[in-house]
Amino acid sequence: MFGYYLDLALRSLKRNRMLTALMIVAIAVGIGASMTTLTVMRLLSGDPVPTRSGTLFYPQVDPNPYSDGPSLPYDMMDYRSAVDLWSAHRADRQALIAHGQLKLTAPQVNLPPLMAQVLSTTSEFFPMFDVPFRYGHGWSEQDDASRARVAVISSDLNNKLFNGADSVGRTLRLKDSDVRIIGVLDAWRPSPQFYDVAGGRFAEGQTGDFYGRPEDVFMPFSSSSDINPAGFTFFTCWSMPKSTGTLQTSPCVWMTLWVQLDSAARVRSYRQFVADYAAQQKSLGRFARADNTQLRSLMGWLDFNHVVPSDVRLQMWAAFAFLLICLFNTVGLLLAKFLRRAGEIGVRRALGASRAAVLAQCLFEAGLIGLLGGIGGLLLTLLGLWLVRRQPVAYADLVHLDTAMFLLTFALAIAASLLAGLLPALRASRMAPGLQLKIT
Amino acid sequence: MQIRPIFAALRKHRLATFLISMEIALACAVLCNACFLIVNRVQLSHIHSGVDEGALAAIKLTGFDEDRGVDLNARVLNGLAKIPGMQSVSVISAVPFSGSPNNAGITTDAEGKQFAGVVNFYSGGPGSFKALGVHLIAGRAPQEGDYQPVVHFVPDDALVWITQSLADHAWPGVDPLGKEFWVGKPHFRVAGVVANLARPSPGEGGPSTIDWSVFVPSQPGAHFAGTYLLRASPEQLPRVLRDARVAIARIAPDAVLDTTASQSVASLREKFFEQDRTMAGILVGVITAMLLVTALGIVGLASFWVQQRRRQIGIRRAIGATRRDILRYFQTENLLIVTGGIVLGMVLAFALNITLMKFYELPRLPLYYLPIGALALWGLGQLAVLGPALRAAAVPPVVATRSV
Repeated sequence: MFGYYLDLALRSLKRNRMLTALMIVAIAVGIGASMTTLTVMRLLSGDPVPTRSGTLFYPQVDPNPYSDGPSLPYDMMDYRSAVDLWSAHRADRQALIAHGQLKLTAPQVNLPPLMAQVLSTTSEFFPMFDVPFRYGHGWSEQDDASRARVAVISSDLNNKLFNGADSVGRTLRLKDSDVRIIGVLDAWRPSPQFYDVAGGRFAEGQTGDFYGRPEDVFMPFSSSSDINPAGFTFFTCWSMPKSTGTLQTSPCVWMTLWVQLDSAARVRSYRQFVADYAAQQKSLGRFARADNTQLRSLMGWLDFNHVVPSDVRLQMWAAFAFLLICLFNTVGLLLAKFLRRAGEIGVRRALGASRAAVLAQCLFEAGLIGLLGGIGGLLLTLLGLWLVRRQPVAYADLVHLDTAMFLLTFALAIAASLLAGLLPALRASRMAPGLQLKIT
Repeated sequence: MQIRPIFAALRKHRLATFLISMEIALACAVLCNACFLIVNRVQLSHIHSGVDEGALAAIKLTGFDEDRGVDLNARVLNGLAKIPGMQSVSVISAVPFSGSPNNAGITTDAEGKQFAGVVNFYSGGPGSFKALGVHLIAGRAPQEGDYQPVVHFVPDDALVWITQSLADHAWPGVDPLGKEFWVGKPHFRVAGVVANLARPSPGEGGPSTIDWSVFVPSQPGAHFAGTYLLRASPEQLPRVLRDARVAIARIAPDAVLDTTASQSVASLREKFFEQDRTMAGILVGVITAMLLVTALGIVGLASFWVQQRRRQIGIRRAIGATRRDILRYFQTENLLIVTGGIVLGMVLAFALNITLMKFYELPRLPLYYLPIGALALWGLGQLAVLGPALRAAAVPPVVATRSV
């Protein structure tokens, strides 16, 4: 049966090459556009820590002493709240994070000084986020406590400074201080760079920068505050900060806290802990609102920040509208094609083929067009992704076609063409055989 | 031309007619909205910054010791001024399109109750106001005594120059000269109004706020150092900037040159709108492909109909219809189908626009896009049907006498 239908379909497709080519091209272009945007969309809306994203949480409080009215808590935390919550050690793991830039040179390396993005954090950052190491390891809790001058560097920086060699034990000069490299990360490119996501709701959809590369240097927060107490980047302030003095005492939010909570009971008790902390701070007069706390899950936090850039969404909707137009087009052309063969179908019916057999034959032909369109669509998807990689966006280097999307391309192409073929095929199979025989 | 037989024929092909109409309707909705998006993006990238873009460039230094800011300023100002062709060097907090704004919410009362929007503060050292080339339309230019030391991120109590659009927003219909505003405690008084001065990242906060800038004359010092505004004649600027970037390594070996921010304002602008231009390009691509597919669909279906009706055409020709009549028949048929699609498409276009407005910062679709979209699709339909219709017109009357 299969061979016979294939033969019939090929004969039919060959009969009107122009019409066939038109349908295949329409499906290929529609599938190519949709799959390109869908692939980008999937890469950008994926889970950055697939192994344990369900156990990662992002606490928020409202440290503004003048806060009134219904506002959401700040996207980051002030120094005191963050350190209080962190040092309570009430979660299974917890990491403080602050950002900064420091001038970096490497002795014995002949490169001009560069401004390095420095992530100041605490020891549990690496195990909590499953960060892979190429050489060495992260630092210990003792290093945090003893303000050790140690650093972990990214593989990018290791390649740039040391040509990818094992640089553990070598020294970096950050601002005016020497730090010892104790670890080099393996290629690590979470998408998005979730632990730096904040402020997405103010970005008006321009969130492409959430997909940048991880920082070059990771250091214990305690040590980097010693090296450069003024070197942190603040997020926002609720009143004017003093120009002298450090961020630690400023009315600004600039730190984040991530916690790992391994069970639902732990999540409940941590939520209560954050609420209790806010209530306590309110009674001490530091907070105005005790009820303005949040404990979002990692994926919930990414959703809240609308991490997928609005342009990417727009491109996807435009591509699917385009695919829909291509499908309407294909339905019309298949209708014309099948009805033109009314006489032939009439003969088959008169010779005893059932309606189901005619339907199957027509759908087989539609599916074959879908398969051919899928091959064209795959080539166009590869072309489309190549074009996306050339765009000036932070996620350009992430874009590639994986097996799942490769298979989905064909599934979508065949499903689309079968859907488009269903109506014309039904029409063709319902024709009265006698009438068709009489006309011809 | 009789329309009734055409309707009768279309009724026989309800499904195919419906499909083509739906295709046209979708195309119409996408076409109108995509064109609107493209125009919006292109308009944004053509905004008027209010400064002499062709003559300006920025040099940004980082990594230096903040305590040595005064010394750094002196070295850089003196060192760069010696470059041949350099018209002026001054300290500034940012330049338009550099993307590093200095935003703060302002209030028009000291108690902080009358919120007047989030504006950008440009701190500018002596010489920067003149170098920017902003057009002063009221008040006077900053004078020597106006440059105050930076206490917070701007001076604490200063005379400021604001843009016309900020003046219209904060004090509508009133002379803004002498008006006051506050950012918490720091207090500012308007001493002049300039025509335009775009934010460092125009477009954030919506298209109406592009020009909400405040120029604060500020004394360079420890908290106001590192970013410099260079001015040279447009022909000399590329060379002057190149020389300046080389000279910095000698003048300020303790600092790191931020190469992406140390560009001419024209290149910063180019870079700033790169993504908008890419997006506009993608949308143009989508529209082109969509119109092409639609046109090919019409060609395919019309060719099929022509072939199906060869006998009827032959009969019509045999009983006296001219070639022109046959041509007109198919053209009118197409016009009717496309018109049906356009009517539905206009409704869809509005629905799509309302959906887009919900998710994107987009104004309402202006009505004139609809007739333009309709004209485009009518034209496309007529163009696509012309080939099959001419083939139909060429059917000889003798076909009527053949059995098939």
